[in-house]
Parts: sequence; C-alpha cells; structure tokens
Amino acid sequence: MLRSHLDVQLLNLLAACMLLISFAMLSTRRTQQLITLFAWQGAILFLSTSLVAHEAGLTELYFSAALTLILKVITLPLILHTLIKRLGAQWDNERLVNIPITMLVGLVLVIFAFGLAQPISLLATTVTRHTIGIALAVILLSFLMMITRRKAVTQVIGFLAMENGLFLAATSATYGMPMVIELGIALDLLVAVFILGIFFFQIREQFDSLDLHHLESLREE
Amino acid sequence: MNTHLGANFLNSILSHPLASTLLIVASWPVIAIACLLRPHSIRYVARFLFPVGAVLCVGMFLLAGAFLIGGHAPEVMTLPLGLPDLPFHLRLDALSAFFLMILGLSGAGISTFAAGYFRSGEGTAHGLLGLHYHVFLASMAVVMLADDAYLFMVAWETMALASYFLVTSQHRLPEIRRAGFLYLLMAHLGAVCILLSFGVMQGGSWQFTLDAMRSASLTPFWATAAFTLALLGFGAKAGLVPMHVWLPEAHPAAPSPVSAMMSGLMLKTAIYGLLRITFDLLHVQSWRWGVVVLTLGIFSALYGAVFAAVQTDMKRLLAYSSIENIGLIFTGIGLSILFAASNMRLYAALALAAALIHALNHSLFKSLLFLATGSVLHATRHRSLGKLGGLIRPMPWVAGLALIGTLAIAGLPPLNGFVSEWLLLQSFLYTPQLPHAFINMLIPLGAAALALTVALAAYVMVKFYGVIFLGQPRETLLSEAHDANWLERIGLAWLAAGCVAIGVQPQLALHAAGKTTGMLLGQTIASDPSVWRIAPIAPEQASYSGWVFLAVILCVVGVTFLAVRLIAHGRMRRTPAWDCGYPWQTSRMQDTAEGFGQPIRHMFGAFFWMERDLPSASDLTPRYRVYIEDRFWRALYKPIAAAVQRLADAVSFLQGGRLAFYLLYSFLTLLGLLVFVL
Amino acid sequence: MRGVAFVWQFGEVLLAIALAPLFSGWIAQCRAWMQNRTAPPLTQPYRMLRKLFHKDAVLAENASRLFRTAPYVLFGTMVLAAAIIPSVVTDLPFAHAADAIALIGLFATARVFQALAAMDVGTAFGTLGARREMMIGFLAEPAILMVFFNAFLLFGTTALTGMVDNYATHPSAIDPSVVFAAIAFVMVLLAENARIPIDNPTTHLELTMIHEAMVLEYSARHLALIEWASSLKLFNYACIGIALFLPWGIAIHGATVGAVLIALVTLVVKLALCGAMLALIESVSAKLRIFRAPEFMAMAFLIAVLGLLVHLLLGGNTGA
Repeated sequence: MLRSHLDVQLLNLLAACMLLISFAMLSTRRTQQLITLFAWQGAILFLSTSLVAHEAGLTELYFSAALTLILKVITLPLILHTLIKRLGAQWDNERLVNIPITMLVGLVLVIFAFGLAQPISLLATTVTRHTIGIALAVILLSFLMMITRRKAVTQVIGFLAMENGLFLAATSATYGMPMVIELGIALDLLVAVFILGIFFFQIREQFDSLDLHHLESLREE
Repeated sequence: MNTHLGANFLNSILSHPLASTLLIVASWPVIAIACLLRPHSIRYVARFLFPVGAVLCVGMFLLAGAFLIGGHAPEVMTLPLGLPDLPFHLRLDALSAFFLMILGLSGAGISTFAAGYFRSGEGTAHGLLGLHYHVFLASMAVVMLADDAYLFMVAWETMALASYFLVTSQHRLPEIRRAGFLYLLMAHLGAVCILLSFGVMQGGSWQFTLDAMRSASLTPFWATAAFTLALLGFGAKAGLVPMHVWLPEAHPAAPSPVSAMMSGLMLKTAIYGLLRITFDLLHVQSWRWGVVVLTLGIFSALYGAVFAAVQTDMKRLLAYSSIENIGLIFTGIGLSILFAASNMRLYAALALAAALIHALNHSLFKSLLFLATGSVLHATRHRSLGKLGGLIRPMPWVAGLALIGTLAIAGLPPLNGFVSEWLLLQSFLYTPQLPHAFINMLIPLGAAALALTVALAAYVMVKFYGVIFLGQPRETLLSEAHDANWLERIGLAWLAAGCVAIGVQPQLALHAAGKTTGMLLGQTIASDPSVWRIAPIAPEQASYSGWVFLAVILCVVGVTFLAVRLIAHGRMRRTPAWDCGYPWQTSRMQDTAEGFGQPIRHMFGAFFWMERDLPSASDLTPRYRVYIEDRFWRALYKPIAAAVQRLADAVSFLQGGRLAFYLLYSFLTLLGLLVFVL
Repeated sequence: MRGVAFVWQFGEVLLAIALAPLFSGWIAQCRAWMQNRTAPPLTQPYRMLRKLFHKDAVLAENASRLFRTAPYVLFGTMVLAAAIIPSVVTDLPFAHAADAIALIGLFATARVFQALAAMDVGTAFGTLGARREMMIGFLAEPAILMVFFNAFLLFGTTALTGMVDNYATHPSAIDPSVVFAAIAFVMVLLAENARIPIDNPTTHLELTMIHEAMVLEYSARHLALIEWASSLKLFNYACIGIALFLPWGIAIHGATVGAVLIALVTLVVKLALCGAMLALIESVSAKLRIFRAPEFMAMAFLIAVLGLLVHLLLGGNTGA
C-alpha cells in the first residue's frame, strides 16, 4: 500500500495546510479573502484526493477529485463572488468575539479533536488515517466560524467549509464515499447556495443590511 | 591552640545541627525581649540589636547550608514544652534546611537594612517594632522545624499575629487598619483550612505528629480532601489567585523592611508547608492534583503580571509581582506533582528543583526591590509612581543595586532569576511524554503562557525601574533626595551579591535543591562534572553557563570601549534633549505609570474591572481618571461578605440584651447535657 | 582538536561582526530593486558606521551612565549570541554555554537594556519607543518558545549545535511541523528585528516608530554601536533560521578546513537567499497599526502551536 514515504509526508503536509487555512478563515477580516481561502481549501482537497487515488490505486477517487475541482474550486467560489458583489458585502466582516479569543478557542477545539481522533486512527486501515484528527478539527473550526460571525454570507461559507472537512474525513477514514452519496451531496450544496442567495436578497430588502442580529427582532414579544 | 578550639567548636556545631539551629532560633526572642528594655533608643535597638539579629541570620544560613550540602540524615528532637500529652516535636531534614537557608540568607540582608532604615521620630516605638520583627523571624523558623501539627499551628499563628502588628505599625491611618484587618482575616481563614487538613491527615489515629501522618494510609477521597484543604490554606497565605486579595493591601501598608520580610520569607513558609504536606505526608498520590496546582499557578502568574503592569503605586506593583512569582513557583510544584504521579521521577525532580530555586531567587530579588523602595520612600516621601523620576542621579547606590534586582526579577541572564525560569521551561519540554490523553497536548501550551508571563514581568520591571529611577524628576523636590546610609547599603549589596552569585554559579543552588528533591522524590538531578555550566538532564540536551555570559559580555564591552577610544575618539558634548521642534517640554510629558501600562490595559482588558473618566473636547479643565479594581474582589469577596453579614444579622436576634434570655440559654444547655450524659 | 575549535569560534564571531552590515546592505539593495529604484552601494552601511564613529557624541544634559553604557552592553550581548549560534561550524566551545532558550533570554537582556536606555532621557518619544518595544517583545516570546519546543520534539535537544548535527544527518524535509515552525519563525524574525509589517526601519514619523524612537537621542559612536548591534541581531536571527531549517552545508563535528570553506560559501548563498526573501516580504506587506501587532504575533504563536500539535498527532504515530 505504501508506495513511498514521501507520499505519506506530502499527504500529511496537505492536511496540515487545510488546518492552517481553516484558521486563516477564522481570522480574516474581508469576505472576498474568505472566498479565496475557501477556493484554496478546495484545491488542496483536490490535490490530496488525487494523491490518495494514486497511492491506493482507486479510480473512482479520481472522479471525486474532479468533482471537487469543478464544484468547490471553480463553480461555488464564482457564484459566491457574484453574490457578494451584487449584495455589496465585499469588505466589512464584523465578529461577535475578538480575534485572539477566537484563536484560543479554536486552539482548544483542535486539541479536543486531536485527542478524540487518536483511538479512531488506530482502528482505520487507510494510508491517511492519521489525518482524521485534522478533518475533525476542520469541521469544528468551521462551526466555530459560523458561530462567531455576524454577516450572513460567512455562515454559508462556514457551512461549505464544514462539508470540506467531512469530505476530508471520508477520504482519510474510508477512501471516499459511494459515488451516489457524493453526487447527492454535491447537488445539495449547489441548490443550498442558490436558495441561500435568494434568502440574502430578501433579508437585505427587509432589513437593509445583512447583519444577522436584525433577525433577532423577529421573535415573539 | 586557637585553631584547634575553633575546629572543635565547628565540629560540635555540625554534629548537632538541630540543637545549634534551635539555639539560633531561641536567640531571636531574646533579642526581641531585649528590644523592650529601651524601646525608644535608636542606637540601642536599631544600630545594635538588629545587626546582632542579622549576624544570627548569617549563622543560620551557613548552618542550614552545611547541613544540606553535607547530606546529613534528618534529626529529630522532642522538647518537653507544650501540652502535657503533646510535647513539641522538632525535625531538621533536607526540606527544612533548604527553607531555613532561604530564611537566613535573605533575613540577614533585610535585618541589616532595617538597622539603617529606622530613624527617629517616626510612628511606633522602635523597640516594639524590634520585638515583633524578631518574634516574626523566630516563628517562621519554628514553622520550618515543626514536626507535629500542634507546634506547627502555634508557630503559624504567632507568625500571623506578629506580622499583623508589623503591618499595622502606622495604625493611625484608616486604610492601614483596613489592610491589616483583611490580612488577619485571610490569614485565619487559611489557618482554619490548614488545621482541618491536619485533622484529616491523622487518619483516625489521633496522633498529631508528622511521623504518624506520614505512615497513615488514607483513602484517595480523604487524601484529596486533605490536599485540597492544604492547597486552600497554604495558597491563601502564599497569595495564590483567588485567595490573593490581601497581598496588594497588606504589603504596601507595612514598612518596607516588613514588606520585604513578608514577600521574601513569609510567602515561602506557605510553599514549605505545601511541599511538606503534598510530597512528604501524602506521597503525591494523584496526577490530578498536579493539574490543579499547575493551572492555578499559571493563572496566578499571568494575573499578577497583568495587574502589576497597570499599578501606579510602587509597592503595590511589587506586591502583584510577588503574586506572579508565587504563581511561577506553584507552576513548578504542579508540574512536579504531575510528573511524580506519572512515574517520571527525573523530570519531577527537575521541576521541583526549578520551583525551589525560584523560591530562593525570589526571596533575594524581591526583598532587594522592596528595600530599595523603602529607601526611595524615605528619601522622597512619595509612594506613587506619578511623583517620582530621575532618582538615578541623587541616589546612585540605591539605583545601581535596584538595577541588579530589576534585571534579576525580569529573568535575564546572567542573573539568578533566569536560572530558575530556564529550569522551569526545560521541565516543560518533557510534558508531551506524559501518558495522559489530552493533558500531554494542553500542558505544552502552559509553557507558552509561562513564556508570556516571564516576558510580561520584564515589561513590568522596565516600567518600575524606568519610572522611578530614570527620566526626568516629576516633582521639583526630588533632586534633594538623599541616598541610602551605609547600613542600608550593606543590606542591599548583600542581597544583590546573592543574586549575582547564584546567577553566575548556580551549581551550588542546584546541588542543594537536588538534596531536597532527593529527600522528597528519591531522585536527585544529574550533576554535570563540569564546574562552569549546569546541565540538569544531559549535556547534549541543554546546558547553560552563567560564567560565560558574564565573562564574554564584560570582555566585549571592555574591548569595544578601548577599540573605539583608540580608533576613533571619546569626545562628548551635552545639549538639551531632542524636542521635535516643541520647546516647552516639561517633565510631565514623559510616560506616566498609567501610560506605560496602557498597552497591557488595552490587551488584557477582560481581567480588570475599570472605571474611566475621559475628558471631552469641551472641558475647560480636562481630567483623566482611571480606577482599576480586582474582579475577584467584586465577584467573589463582596458577595461572600454580604452573605456573611446577612447571616450574622439574621442570627443577631439571639443577642436580645435581656438577662432572662441569657439565663434561658444556660438553662437549656444544662438540660441538654443532662439528657446526653444520663 | 580543542585549540582548533577556539580558532573556529573566534573566526565565526569576527565573521558575524564583519558580515552583519553587509547583510543589511544587501536587504536594502533587494528592496530597492523590487521597488524599482537605484540602491545605495552594498558598502553603504560600513560608510555610515565610519561616519558615525568619527563624530562627536552629543548627549542630553540629563543622560546618565546607563545611557552611555547601554550601546556597549547591547553590542556585547549580540556578539555573545553570534558566538553561540552555529553559522559555519558546530564545534563551538561557547555554544555549550547556552541552548536555544538561553538565547531567547539573551535577546531579552538586550531588549531590556535598550528600553531602559530609551527611558533614561525622559522624553515622550523615548518612553513611547520603550513601551512599544517591550510590548512586541513580550508577545514574541511565546511564539519563539513554541518554535524551539517544536525543534526539541523533532531533534531531541535544545542546544542549537545539537540540532544542526541531528538535522544534517536525518533530514525530514517536508514534515508539516517543520514548515509551520519555519513560518512562525519568519514572523517572529520580522517582529523582533523591527521590520515591516511591525515597524518600518526607515520611517521618519516619530509616532509610527518603535525601534527608531528608542535611539532618537543617540549619536556618533553610541549610535554606530547600536546600529551595528541591530544588524548583528538580524544576522543572528537569520543564522538561527538557517541552522534550524536549512542546515545542509554547515561543517559538523570534526571539521576540516575544506568543510569549513564549503560551509562559508553555502552560508553566503543562504544569507543572500534569505535577504532576498525578507526584502520580498517587506515589499509586499504594509505596516500594521500598532494594536494589530498583537494579532500578528498571535497568528505566529498559533502557527507554531499548530506545528507542535500536528507533530504530536502525526509524528508520534507514524514515527516519521
């Protein structure tokens, strides 16, 4: 199974870069930068999946990789870019909690994820089993990003980043999911982004701003 | 013939170390009582009796050091004093000797300084101060020698009372009385916890000697209960967050030699107590204790450093800095417990040695700094940092020696503060090898918090030294400040010499600490045969040589100086300072203490409870005021005090004032006893 | 062998002292190329030092002895650091006097002395510079400590010479923790040496200064020594980075004259590359607001810790 020591190191490096990008997404101030980072995350996922496909000799993983490339590196970022340009929300990106505290909480989450993942990686048999911890950490960090941001667009990107993490977890634990499930998830993502885009226009019409705390005024009083 | 007698004398002292130590300890109360004979005479009390006390301190230091380095077996003794069934048991072993060494070393410097510090016409009679001072000193020594719980508590209480009277020397000022009250309250709360802890540890045998407690086997639950009570009690005395609130009030209220004694020596007795109970009596049973102590230690260290950075009173700044250093010591202790309970004895010894050496270092440089502030206070009558400045010119001796203390406390090589911090960081390097799941990933972050705290301490000390001694004087009368007199200089120089010596040659301190860890953990630190460097684990892994640092830096400074003079020239002119085109600069335009602490206040705002009055553009007389308070005081102490008050009010109906009710209480008690007995 | 080791030691120190201004000059030249302007010649820093040494020292009226001694102490500490860091050979007798953590302490000593000297004259600018420099310093310490912690986990020692010996014989090229540690180290290097994005070394606006504000009062030989010490500090940091992350070519124990010559040549090449990279980073970044600097340092700290955690997760299991 182990074609070369170098390939395993490369996979570990790519996974670590994904973790770094998740942290960068947590801390960036500009929405445009956020979408670019998401595109990079997709690119790394593509490279990683192709490498695993090459290592393990599974051809359907090549299809997964191609799907990732088309969807997450090209299509979705394009849609998101046009969306924010139309909404005029390219730059301001406020947060509920300041950056150093968010980073510290993120760090603790990473430790938590790593600690949880260690017994699981002992059970798995794939080449990339050690990156399960990193995948779990990416999921948790994206969730944190969804919680600590104010603007609606970042919530969407957090949701998409979470899916990236799930994909990484799937490839590292079990060499990918059945093709049907993958195509289904991909379709879901696309539709979700369209529908959420429509919602954003509605929110902006209603409240004149995309700040989510306006939604709080919708409760029963 | 004379040398023969001298050698015999030395031999007899060294072969009965406990008896000799007791002799010294007993001499201090004698001096105390002698102070009462002529209480208002400065020449008698301050210039004669205090130096005698200082010489006795030196004797104690040498004796304890010889006992420790010589590796003697522990000695016990029973004195027929005390209660009929409970005589005083005394014991001198490696742990006691190490702390007695600290007591003697710093005590000598402080006593010498105090001899020169007390001048006529100030506050309480000097005889009374001398009485309390020497009783305080003696009681601290007895705490370290006590081998049963009864003597320990008697000495502990004496220590608290003597220091209370010392703290309230200027009792006519209401804030000093308030500080003293808070101090006494916290001391007694701590003492109750310690007493309960001893009660739990006797484990049903009703024998209160420490020997009995050592061999008592407690269930894990009771052992943890005893440990928690001991941590609360000794932590309250040491100033561990959240039991620290008395420290920033009491240390500034006391006269400076007393502040130095409290910070430098009294806090160490609490460390001694915790080490005695955790390592010796309870045998380090659970790694979770280590995690608790470690967390509290790191948090205290950071808390103390952050608060010290925003203080505007020089003695309060040093008090918070003491909290920070105690936090560092507790971090080392916690790490040691963690390693020891996980069966990594070598690293446990390293961490414990780091904590012990830091206790020694802290007693030296903190005392030095408090004494220096005493000189400054004496010379300028100002305690607030906003009224000092530029004192390096009128007070060169104090400034020079305080510089050594500042560099030492900031943890800079080649002085002593760096040695203990280096050892502590070294021991953190081995924490990823711990077998526990999440702990081995979280604790390395503790090393980062430690580095942050140490660097923040450097920040605080630059502020302290820079605002007091450097810059321009913020008040015009400061240029008439007088320097310290010769007795004060000797005291300060003794402590500064200790800082330099331990920094440059830490082998002896490491050896002494190794003997103590040998007794507590059964493991000493690997001693590198080389005399000019220390390498606690292995020379290939890490080594440090203070000599090389000092020698190379001094050499390069000298060579550069000469080279520059030879190749270029040494001409110099004086002009006014650069004013950037604004000629009406005053001394008020340099940084104030608040200004220097502003970045910390901004970044760590969550730690403080702050009130700010900011000037607006339309104010005719703009005022800026910032008031910072401890969050723990508001969130924890005030509600508890309010609850206690409410409870007391609710029960106060019992004190009706009517005689009939009081007779009724006695009657009911009598009835109750009759029912129980019959 | 011992005598030869002292020769290498002495030679390395002299090399560092001689090359440091050249390294600063090279970085200035690369920056000028990238910003499309003509650069001053490479020997400009030497000329400036010579000019400064020949001037009369002008001191403020209330400058104390501490102010006058501080430049010498700074220079001394930087020379000691150069003696400890293995840039050409690892067989250095003085290297056993300090490991990486002691080296951090040494740089802290220099920083504290400089801050104290800045506070000495008692003007608003000096104290401003001192306050900011201490702030950057205390934020950089956790990050650099975590980088060395990483190195300890990878190489089993904190002595720099030991690290170079181990790395050169067991290369683990693209270990993610090494990459992360390198990124964090570069960020700390920029902060500690007063480079963009933390501080602009060529600014003239006093309110934006950190390092320059501390040396406003200095002139002539004192300023020359301080400038030399600063360039020596940058040189030392670059050599630490090379020793940790690019150590191939350094003559490890039992060095012959030929190995030392090869090490010299590789050192010059590596320094040139590092200088160009630093100039590139400086040219594409903007200077941060002063209270964004803690975020920058927090990012560096974070990346270093991530490297540590990733090593514990991956390296511990595969034994790679």
